[in-house]
Amino acid sequence: MWGKLSWAAIPLDEPLPLVSAAIVGLVLLGTFAWVVAKGHLPYLWKEWLTSVDHKKIGIMYIILALVMLLRGFSDALLMRAQQAVALNAPGFLPPDHYNQIFSAHGTLMIFFVAMPFVIGLMNFVVPLQLGGRDVAFPTLNSVGFWLTATGALLVNVSLVVGEFARTGWLPYPPLSELAYSPGVGVDYYLWSLQISGVGTLLSGINLVTTVLKVRAPGMTYLRMPMFCWTTLASNLLIVAAFPILTATLAMLLLDRYLGFHFFTNDGGGNAMMFMNLIWAWGHPEVYILILPAFGIFSEVASTFSSKPLFGYRSMVVATMAICIISFMVWLHHFFTMGAGPNVNAIFGIATMVIAVPTGVKIFNWLFTMYGGRIRFSPPMLWTIGFMVTFVIGGMTGVLLAVPPADFVLHNSLFLVAHFHNVIIGGVLFGAFAGYEYWFPKAFGFKLHEGFGKAAFWFWMIGFYVAFMPLYVLGLMGMTRRMQHYNVPEWQPWLHLAAFGAVLIAIGIALQVAQLVWSIRRRAELRDLTGDPWNGRSLEWSMPSPPPMFNFAVLPDVEGEEAYWAIKQRAIERQALRPEPEYTDIHMPRNSPVGFICAFFATIMGFALIWHIWWLVLVALVCAYATFVVFAWRDQHEEPVPAATIAEIDRANRSARRDALANLQPVT
Amino acid sequence: MSAGEVALPAHGPARGHGHAHAAGLSEAEAHASSQRIVVGYGFWIFLISDIILFAAFFATYAVLTDSTDGGPVGRDLFDMTLVAIETACLLTSSLFCGIAGLGAQARNSRMFHGAMAVTFVLGAAFLAIELHEFADMIEHGAGPSRSAFLSAFFALIGCHGLHVFAGLLWLLTMMAQVVAKGYREDILRRILCFNLFWHTLDIIWVGLFSLVYLVGMAP
Repeated sequence: MWGKLSWAAIPLDEPLPLVSAAIVGLVLLGTFAWVVAKGHLPYLWKEWLTSVDHKKIGIMYIILALVMLLRGFSDALLMRAQQAVALNAPGFLPPDHYNQIFSAHGTLMIFFVAMPFVIGLMNFVVPLQLGGRDVAFPTLNSVGFWLTATGALLVNVSLVVGEFARTGWLPYPPLSELAYSPGVGVDYYLWSLQISGVGTLLSGINLVTTVLKVRAPGMTYLRMPMFCWTTLASNLLIVAAFPILTATLAMLLLDRYLGFHFFTNDGGGNAMMFMNLIWAWGHPEVYILILPAFGIFSEVASTFSSKPLFGYRSMVVATMAICIISFMVWLHHFFTMGAGPNVNAIFGIATMVIAVPTGVKIFNWLFTMYGGRIRFSPPMLWTIGFMVTFVIGGMTGVLLAVPPADFVLHNSLFLVAHFHNVIIGGVLFGAFAGYEYWFPKAFGFKLHEGFGKAAFWFWMIGFYVAFMPLYVLGLMGMTRRMQHYNVPEWQPWLHLAAFGAVLIAIGIALQVAQLVWSIRRRAELRDLTGDPWNGRSLEWSMPSPPPMFNFAVLPDVEGEEAYWAIKQRAIERQALRPEPEYTDIHMPRNSPVGFICAFFATIMGFALIWHIWWLVLVALVCAYATFVVFAWRDQHEEPVPAATIAEIDRANRSARRDALANLQPVT
Repeated sequence: MSAGEVALPAHGPARGHGHAHAAGLSEAEAHASSQRIVVGYGFWIFLISDIILFAAFFATYAVLTDSTDGGPVGRDLFDMTLVAIETACLLTSSLFCGIAGLGAQARNSRMFHGAMAVTFVLGAAFLAIELHEFADMIEHGAGPSRSAFLSAFFALIGCHGLHVFAGLLWLLTMMAQVVAKGYREDILRRILCFNLFWHTLDIIWVGLFSLVYLVGMAP
């Protein structure tokens, strides 16, 4: 009846996961109880859970990412603490548990922190920058988000029911095959990623279509803000790469569930094929993450230097070049496979070539800042911190691209330091810059600057203290994923790294404090103009938070930096453009289909993990029925009356008219 | 793909400064026609991603063709007569699927439902033959667990078969929906997407037929 599931699945002998899960569970239950008691449940359901508004979906993605960041980071603290004490000693984490922790840490940080963070920002910002009312497929957007949440939920369920994979964040066979990983850990990993991968693919299709087809009149390709370009590149990569991940994980599932022989040691299976396939997805994946961050830095560097982005067209070319070359470097993840010197040389050179467009970007940002009036607000601090940090990470990357060097450094902590260097220093700093930058747009008040700056410095210094020692340890020969070791020379460096992790923890605490403080004192931080940073693209032309329909009247774009031009003209004339004629707008209706479908997907995933076949079938039929019911709906859109639109737009215009007097033309 | 849900600027997609009104269209008409473009476009992108999914299975099959682990090779297993019938079924079904699309555009119910029914029968026949082939192979000890080559074979053909199965479900849903709701704009868009999907399965089958069966039978 219940497949492999029994009471033995709950790890009563391991207090750590149970206690932490109990705390998380209590917090969740408490929040839910509070929501119900305060009568907020209908609001939550109507305005958020069933919303198809790209802005709200974007915000929910980011909330998911922030919560999962806390979970992933606590894993990191556990690992740093374990390695700090485990010299000739067992430490406090048994190997079995330690292996699950490093696997969960990587999986969570990539798939459920970095991905939702950048997808959330793209979702929120891109239609506003393009001058659209929503993304191309709003309901699909909601489905994509909820499927991502399903994946995150399943990974966290593995904490209490069963176990997680012990194979690392990419389940390399033959270790991940049934013969060596007979438990449900790898299955949790596989089904979580299959389900959330579908969500990511849907989101990629949606955003590609949005950028290519849903733009305001006059918003030609070469007038799009840089962030829209990087969004396009990133989502093209999602569309091209995620199906490979789906196929690869499907093959491993077939091996594990139905006795196929794709990657097994026997039957003619080929484990190295897994490495090739997974990295044919995995390398584009790192550019899926970093390209949107590059876009954010472009927006921030230009806004906070009060200058147009330097070399806009070269930036576009560099972005698209990275988009293509990123598919030609996957083999550098396993130079040690033994493909031979010629193959390794080609992939090594391709890897070095991809540093060229990235270098172009760095110089463009530097020249954007050059001669500008730079304001060192938190988004700009993250950007400058990124430029320094990412250059170091990029150079160690080029070092690893040299095959003979890679043979020495392969699988060492040098590699771990390198990819944390580019992912934290690049993707995460970018996401934080975007979070600080667009927060006032999303909620109508700024985040407290002092907390933001303090958090930045703790993160920045903490990062260097935590990861520079790992480069040294890598050169000293320490390999990754060690539960204990017997080389005394390593320990001081590991102590230093653990101290760095504590500094980062303080940075995170400051970010939490910043959020809480800013929400409580939002009246003081309120931004009435909708343009708190003196921005240059269209999202700053509307009130904060933007109304559900985004633009009262769709803008007519006449050049690059659409909003900047409008603003400068208004300042020159000391008058806004004449009031437009308001008409009704038809907006898509909310729909619970994403939430319900994800509910069944969660059940289906859980049932598949535990081999409860009848439940799989039930959940599958229910999910299909959900879509059919949705397809039978007659009313897809709801009108927003012109009077409402006029009221919202007039308030915005009056706030801007007041602000206009204080603005000086920029020559 | 939730085809009915498209939020577009009322002016339609950007085409320089070309406003819908200038083209002599009412705003609602422009909205509907641009929805059709956006939905079709988005679905094409989905199809591309689906083709990439198949590409991964194709590549795997190509790598593992010779990894037979002492087991049977393609020549020992394939029954080309059955494969020819299968192929004929699928290709003809695509023709009828196209006719159904024309029927829907012409609001001709007899043409639409008739052609959809023929498409269904041919698609179901294709699946039945494929399942028969699978069952036969498994019975003769040539199941997917026999060797890596057979794993890749079953996964590649099976993936296509699953797509055909999903397509058949979709087909029935569309027929029911036309009966219940008539030829609404959003339903016509879904029929368009279904057509694209079905033809894509055909194209993939051509690849399968060539790479798996023709190359597999070559001496």
